[in-house]
Amino acid sequence: MTDIVLSGKAISRRFGGVQALSDVSFSIRRGEIYGLIGPNGAGKTTLFNLMTGLYAPDSGHFELENRSLDGCKPHEIVRLGLARTFQNIRLFANLSALENVMIGRHVRSRAGVIGAVLRNRATRNEEHDIEARALELLEFVGIARQANLPAGSLAYGDQRRLEIARALATEPRVLALDEPAAGMNGSETQALRTLLKAIQGRGVTLLLIEHDVKLVMGICDRILVLDQGRVIAEGLPAEVQCNPRVVEAYLGAPAGAAA
Amino acid sequence: MPERRYSARHWLGVALIAAALLLLPFALAAVGQTWVRVVNLALLYVMLALGLNIVVGFAGLLDLGYIAFYAVGAYAYALLASPHFGLHLPFWVTLPAGFVVAALFGVLLGAPTLKLRGDYLAIVTLGFGEIIRIFMNNLNAPVNITNGPQGINLIDPLKIGDWSLAKNEVIAGLAVSGPMKYYYPLMLLTLAIIVLNLRLQNSRIGRAWEAIREDEIAARAMGINTRNIKLLAFAMGASFGGLAGGLFASIQGFISPESFGLMESVMVLSMVVLGGMGHIPGVILGAVLLTSLPEVIRFTVVPAQQALFGKVLVDPEAIRMLVFGLALVLVMILRPGGLWPSAVRKRELAERHGQGLPAP
Repeated sequence: MTDIVLSGKAISRRFGGVQALSDVSFSIRRGEIYGLIGPNGAGKTTLFNLMTGLYAPDSGHFELENRSLDGCKPHEIVRLGLARTFQNIRLFANLSALENVMIGRHVRSRAGVIGAVLRNRATRNEEHDIEARALELLEFVGIARQANLPAGSLAYGDQRRLEIARALATEPRVLALDEPAAGMNGSETQALRTLLKAIQGRGVTLLLIEHDVKLVMGICDRILVLDQGRVIAEGLPAEVQCNPRVVEAYLGAPAGAAA
Repeated sequence: MPERRYSARHWLGVALIAAALLLLPFALAAVGQTWVRVVNLALLYVMLALGLNIVVGFAGLLDLGYIAFYAVGAYAYALLASPHFGLHLPFWVTLPAGFVVAALFGVLLGAPTLKLRGDYLAIVTLGFGEIIRIFMNNLNAPVNITNGPQGINLIDPLKIGDWSLAKNEVIAGLAVSGPMKYYYPLMLLTLAIIVLNLRLQNSRIGRAWEAIREDEIAARAMGINTRNIKLLAFAMGASFGGLAGGLFASIQGFISPESFGLMESVMVLSMVVLGGMGHIPGVILGAVLLTSLPEVIRFTVVPAQQALFGKVLVDPEAIRMLVFGLALVLVMILRPGGLWPSAVRKRELAERHGQGLPAP
């Protein structure tokens, strides 16, 4: 019996005249790195936005650890253990790297107005804990030295790392990364790969949208391929790689068959 | 946080500031009672500006109708402590009532505007401010609640038992005027609000506000309940306004809808922007400057003209607005982050001018 941590069943979503996703189903096993690939406009990011609650699907259901995510708000989904990063980095650019990660602890801390105003022992301890955990995560992703720099001033690769650290601060069971290697050079991608493996080592299941084929094929346990909003293949990297429909989606139909 | 140890010098500094604040009204009274009143007014505006700063500076929600909460607080106090309804409740009921009612109005304004930002939010809040003022103006029929444009008169001053803060008296051989007595609770409450603001800013809630200001989508993706956190900002900001409103009513003894026009909202917003949005010391500076400078001008323009021309050529009021407008324009050109901006805001502006590191 495999342990499914996140699944989607028959997800469909339409934006005006565009059927962004139709009847997409998938299930991700605990502890694996699950790849989500497909040509531009295939619906990968839409799928992310739907499962993290930014939009609601027209039909279909997501389940996280056997709990339905129907009607859940984004912040509730984070609390349940699904965190994400963004394709176009969305850091709190003017706040320091440390503050960014500390904000990620919001959902795992409690102090409200009363606590903040009284600054009692419980609140002080919590603040101390938030800061310590944030520093530890910055250390983990390798940017502890930039902790006090404004997030917007970090090097591009470090911003990606910071976004991962911020998402990890919410203590996710599943971490969904939207093109983490976009714009990275070879050595940065290699370092990212090491980081992703380390995250997996912490027991976090990873869901990865990525265009870097080498990275995806090298790191993912299983891969889902979308094209024009539909699932066209799912399976081990080696299987997916030689699936004719995948080749067609990426390279076009074989000569003669092209319209 | 590790427990901090303060040095003897630190405590000496605190003691000196405390002594200066305690003696300030006596020093000002030596120059003229007017100046005590100006300082009291400045303290009210510091409270207002700090309240608005939570909404505008911390959470990044532009509010052009903020004075409505000041009005609500003032009317709450006035209705509970004046002959209008024949109620004369003590200050420990009326002031908290203004605080709470204003907070409720904050939520009332916040709830329908949760999805709005920037210009759209500004327009709606501006409308809200006007609606409240117009209600105050017209709620005298069919049931007379606010007494309409005539306003409410003979509002009770702050009283502890039978000891009224409005009366002049001689205490231990010192002449102590009403405004001088009012100064102390005003200063105390202002200091409390400053501490509250500092602690809120540097807390889990404060960080959530900053996150919403920086990027609302990312804030949601970080598990921040943006609806509640925004409503909290509106309610907290409004409650300080309400408290200031109650104090205003008690000091003036008379309020009417006229005191709560759009210009007042603009004034408070100018204090926040001019001082340094999101930066508590800056906002305090802005409030103190903008309340006291016009008074200084008022007291220098007439004598200066009489000395120069032998008569008053230009109405001091006109010069006041002229200088005020000029000062605002100059500050915005020369110091766009405000007179005393926060580090975060400085970065933001540096980036916008292309001096920051390139965004990817």
